Amino acid sequence: MKTAQVPQRSAAAPPPTTGQRPAGRGAPSPFRRKLSHQARAYGFLLGGLLCFALFSWYPAIRAVIIAFQKYTPGSAPEWVGTDNFTQVFQDPEFGAAWRNTLTFTLIALLIGFAVPFVMALVLNELRHARAFFRVVVYLPVMIPPVVSALLWKWFYDPGAGLANEVLSSLHLPTSNWSNGADTALVSLVIVATWANLGGTVLIYLAALQGIPGELYEAAELDGASIFQRIRHVTVPQTRFIILMLMLLQIIATMQVFTEPFVITGGGPENSTVTILYLIYKYAFLYNNFGGACALSVMLLVVLGLFSALYLRLTRTDD
Amino acid sequence: MTQIAPPPREVSPDDLAARKRPAGPAVRTLVSPLALASAKGRAVYWTVFTGVVLAFVLAFLFPVYWMVTGAMKSPDELVQTPPTLFPKSFSLGAYTDSWELMDLPTHLWNTVVQASGAWILQLVFCTAAAYALSKLKPAFGKVILGGILATLMVPAQALVVPKYLTVADLPLIHTSLLNDPLGIWLPAVANAFNLYLLKRFFDQIPRDVLEAAEIDGAGKLRTLWSILLPMSRPVLGVVSIFALVAVWQDFLWPLMVFSDTDKQPISVALVQLSQNISLSVLIAAMVIASIPMVLMFLVFQRHIIAGISAGSTKG
Repeated sequence: MKTAQVPQRSAAAPPPTTGQRPAGRGAPSPFRRKLSHQARAYGFLLGGLLCFALFSWYPAIRAVIIAFQKYTPGSAPEWVGTDNFTQVFQDPEFGAAWRNTLTFTLIALLIGFAVPFVMALVLNELRHARAFFRVVVYLPVMIPPVVSALLWKWFYDPGAGLANEVLSSLHLPTSNWSNGADTALVSLVIVATWANLGGTVLIYLAALQGIPGELYEAAELDGASIFQRIRHVTVPQTRFIILMLMLLQIIATMQVFTEPFVITGGGPENSTVTILYLIYKYAFLYNNFGGACALSVMLLVVLGLFSALYLRLTRTDD
Repeated sequence: MTQIAPPPREVSPDDLAARKRPAGPAVRTLVSPLALASAKGRAVYWTVFTGVVLAFVLAFLFPVYWMVTGAMKSPDELVQTPPTLFPKSFSLGAYTDSWELMDLPTHLWNTVVQASGAWILQLVFCTAAAYALSKLKPAFGKVILGGILATLMVPAQALVVPKYLTVADLPLIHTSLLNDPLGIWLPAVANAFNLYLLKRFFDQIPRDVLEAAEIDGAGKLRTLWSILLPMSRPVLGVVSIFALVAVWQDFLWPLMVFSDTDKQPISVALVQLSQNISLSVLIAAMVIASIPMVLMFLVFQRHIIAGISAGSTKG
């Protein structure tokens, strides 16, 4: 943070209080004035600070503490060492949840990276109806996630669903979609991608518009084909944004909850239980808050690594 | 918002939107204008253009169309194979049914209360805190800012359980905010991203402007209200949209906070009620639940889109 140009008034040697307003900047401020300045500054800060303390800092510390406790609301917590962790590790759903979460993230990344990038590439070449494309691609993002999930649950429905209807009218084999143990996870990725890719496309589009046209011109003069231009100009020029969005997507998709909760309920055969879903189950189905917090801490550590990397890369000042 | 000083606007979303290139002779992109100008180039261009329009309509508009018209079909027509592209008779019965059967007015109102409260509190507290951190420079201000920024590293969803326990039994005062809009409002204030956005914007405003006001006898609050806020309209707009959308779209947190059915926002109510309600009524309710955010998007789309594209590339 750049604060060097701000004159730091030193606390040392407060001149005698005169009760007069100092002439302006640089006038030595009396100790009293400093104190009231601090009081006022903290007055402005107080509301926000309290909320952060209560709902961000305290829960973060508490997650770690409760992870080592047997905790049921209403009764005194009891230290149990690493019992919660061993219990969670032995849960057959634990392995499934991590596997599903990682698979979901991986597929979501492959689709969620490739599709928006290609879309942005094509949209950037189109000279007409730009506003239309932008609005339409972002529309699903504004539909509440719960509605998107319910909507796709209906599409996937084996009876009244549109998805199989389309497949069979094209004489393609139908699928079990979210009802099949091997297809459920991919079905959820499709929903999440449909619902979220608008934002990614717009960010890529903005990045593409920042590429200087001369680079393409120069590449073309050198005889580079369109694909070579993409490879040697577009990709290197947008590499930073691509990396940023990938990290953000990893962080976001690893916290997937709404789609499995609404569409599949974790099934079939635990094929869509994700970590966050398992945390929810431990807390609200098993009433095991110690286990839920142990899981939260694990998720926190994994996601924290990606977040730290992201923040490190995006830090612009200092 | 009452404005006392005329707002000197620095960068408005309109300026950002003005960056979009006009159709016609444009900045050079991947494909050269020369190649596009040829007969073959034009043919390829219009083929691709048509293809993309069709693909976008099919992928993004059609599901929405299917939802809106699905609710107009009769229950029999809704499950018949093959499905009909247009409803045989447009009936709004499912919409009125869902309005009453699912008690949508209550849930919509709950959502409005939760979103607007979170929005107002966030504006008030985050602006005040950002002002203090940016301009008043309190002792330990850097430590506090560091602590706030550190929360950006902690993905919100991973902390919902301890946050839930805190909200269920607030430390020291031992009250529960469960089933209370405050359980949405107060945690929403702890939004490091929005606070940082505001702080960064305030940082750009020269100190001299504020000091001039103080020499004229304005207090800190008045300086914030009459000088800083009118200058910050663009960023306040962005923060407002982020804040409203976040609460409106959230599902997991309100699902935890509101166990009372009549306190639940529409997103939670939809899922809870989806089991025992007929398909056409549920679809109608889904459409109704989407209308407020989609409308807001259509009204503010230029600002929202400009904000997404500009905010993220600068980062």
